[in-house]
Amino acid sequence: MNSWFEQSGPQGDIVISSRIRLARNIERYPFPCKLSNDQKSNVINDIKSTILNSSDFKEKLNYVNVSSINKIEAQSLVEHHLVSPEFINDLSYKGLILSEDKSISIMINEEDHIRLQVMSPGFELDNIYNIADKLDSFLDKKLSFSFDNKLGYLTQCPTNLGTGMRASVMLHLPALSQCGAISRISSDLIKLGLTIRGIYGEGSEPKGDIYQLSNQITLGISEKTALQNLKDITAQLISRERKQRSEITKNIHVIDAICRSRGILKNTILLSNDEFMKLMSNIRLGVSIGIVTGISFNKINELLIKVQPATLIRDEKQNFTSIQRDQKRAKLVRKYMNEAN
Amino acid sequence: MLCQSCGKNQANTHIKKFINGNLTEYHLCEQCANKIGYQDVLSSFPFDFNNLLGSFFEEKNSSVLSNKSKSVHCEVCGSSFEDISRTGKIGCANCYKTFFNRLMPSIERIHGNTNHTGKISYLASSDESLIKNKINELKSEMEAAIKDQNFEKAAKLRDEIKELTQKEGFKDE
Ligand SMILES: [Zn+2]
Ligand SMILES: [Zn+2]
Repeated sequence: MNSWFEQSGPQGDIVISSRIRLARNIERYPFPCKLSNDQKSNVINDIKSTILNSSDFKEKLNYVNVSSINKIEAQSLVEHHLVSPEFINDLSYKGLILSEDKSISIMINEEDHIRLQVMSPGFELDNIYNIADKLDSFLDKKLSFSFDNKLGYLTQCPTNLGTGMRASVMLHLPALSQCGAISRISSDLIKLGLTIRGIYGEGSEPKGDIYQLSNQITLGISEKTALQNLKDITAQLISRERKQRSEITKNIHVIDAICRSRGILKNTILLSNDEFMKLMSNIRLGVSIGIVTGISFNKINELLIKVQPATLIRDEKQNFTSIQRDQKRAKLVRKYMNEAN
Repeated sequence: MLCQSCGKNQANTHIKKFINGNLTEYHLCEQCANKIGYQDVLSSFPFDFNNLLGSFFEEKNSSVLSNKSKSVHCEVCGSSFEDISRTGKIGCANCYKTFFNRLMPSIERIHGNTNHTGKISYLASSDESLIKNKINELKSEMEAAIKDQNFEKAAKLRDEIKELTQKEGFKDE
C-alpha cells in the first residue's frame, strides 16, 4: 500500500500536504505532566484497547511499540511527519497508533493524552477533517474527553483550549520566497490568527522554500470557521505564488538555475541534505512551469522524505560517516532523476 | 492576535523555541520582544525561558499572591498556581476550575476570546440544556457586540449560533 507521502494531491504544484491535529485528554486522568508511570501505561492501554476492540478501526489502525525502537527509527518517524520532535525526546511510556497508509497517527502521552493527526497529500483539508472528526467522536464516546462548556476541550497548555485543533498546509513557495514576500505576509497573517513558518532548517532562509501555514487560535472560533480561514488564505497564497512564478520564469537566470539544478542532481556523486533541498526546490519549480519533465510531484514528495538524514540510513546495518551518507543520497537522487529531462 | 506578554499591542513577532525538548511558541509585540532582548525571531533565545512563562501567567495585581492564596492547591492533582506559572503546564481539568479567575486573563490574551464555539463533546452534547445555555450565552454576547457597534464580531457570533442551532436541530430529528 502506498503511504500518503508517496502521492501528490489537489494543487500539488504548490500544496505538498494538508494536516489536521486534535489535542484531547481523557477525563478520568490528570494531564500528562501529572501522570505517574503506572497511569501513563493505563492511558496507553485504554486507548489501545478501545481502538483494537473497534470493528470500524481495528483493521485500519496498528499499535506501534515506540519504547523499543532506536534513535534513528524515531528520528525517521519525525522526518515522515508522523510524530513531533518533542514526542521522541523520551519514548518511555509513550504510545503510537498508525494507519496502514500512515495517513492517521495518534501520539499517546505527548503534551496531551491524545494527539490525533490526519494527513493527506495536496490541498484536502475538508476530507481529512471529516476523518479526524469521526475518529475523535468515536474515541470520545468510549473514553470521555475532558471538556468544559465555556473553555471547550481542556488541554495541558492553554494555547490549545477550545477546539484543540491545529490545521495546516505544507506549501512550496519558491517564487514568493525569492521576492521576499514571505516576511510581509507573515505579519499580516498573525492578525488573522494564522502563522507561517519554514519547515526545514533553522536559518532565516528556510531550506527548500517549504513552509507550513497553520491556525493559531483555538478558543472562540469553530473548527469550520478556522478551516475556512485557512482555506481562504491558502487559496490566496496559491494564486499569488502562481502569478509570481509566471513573472520570475521570464527571467533567464531563473531558467538557468533550474537547468543547472537538473544537471547536478542527475550527475552528482556527493550530495548534502542542504544542497539537495536547494536544488530540489528548483526542480519542483521547473516541473510546475514545464521546463523539467519526466519526474512527477509524487516522486519528488517521496524523495524529499527518503533523503532526510535518519530515513536515508534507517535500513543500514552499520554506522555511516557523513561522506557515506552524502554518497548514498546522491545515488538515490540520481535514480529518481534518471528519467528527468 | 494580541501580544501574549502585555496583552495590549498587536503581536507581530513570532517566537518558537525548544525548551527542555518542548516546542514553545509565542506571539509578542515589538516592544515586549525588544524588552526581553529578542530582536531577531530566528536567532537563539538569550534568556531563561521560564521567566517569560512566569510573566505569561503573572497577575496584574501581585498583592493577590498573598501567603493565603499561595497555599491553594488543586484538589485533584495537587498543583498550585505557582507550579502552573513556573512550568507553563496545567495539571488537570480541575486546575482550570480551581484557578479559573487567575488563568482567564492569560487565556484571553492568548486567544482574544474566552468562549468555546466549536465541537461539543459527547457527554456535553447529550445534555440538551447545555447546548441551549451555550446558544443563549452567545446570543447575549452578540447583543453586546451590536451595542458596541462591533459588527464584525457580531456577524461571527451569528454564524456560530447558526451552527449550534443546526446541531441542536439534528438531535431533535
Ligand atoms: Zn507586548
Ligand atoms: Zn489539577
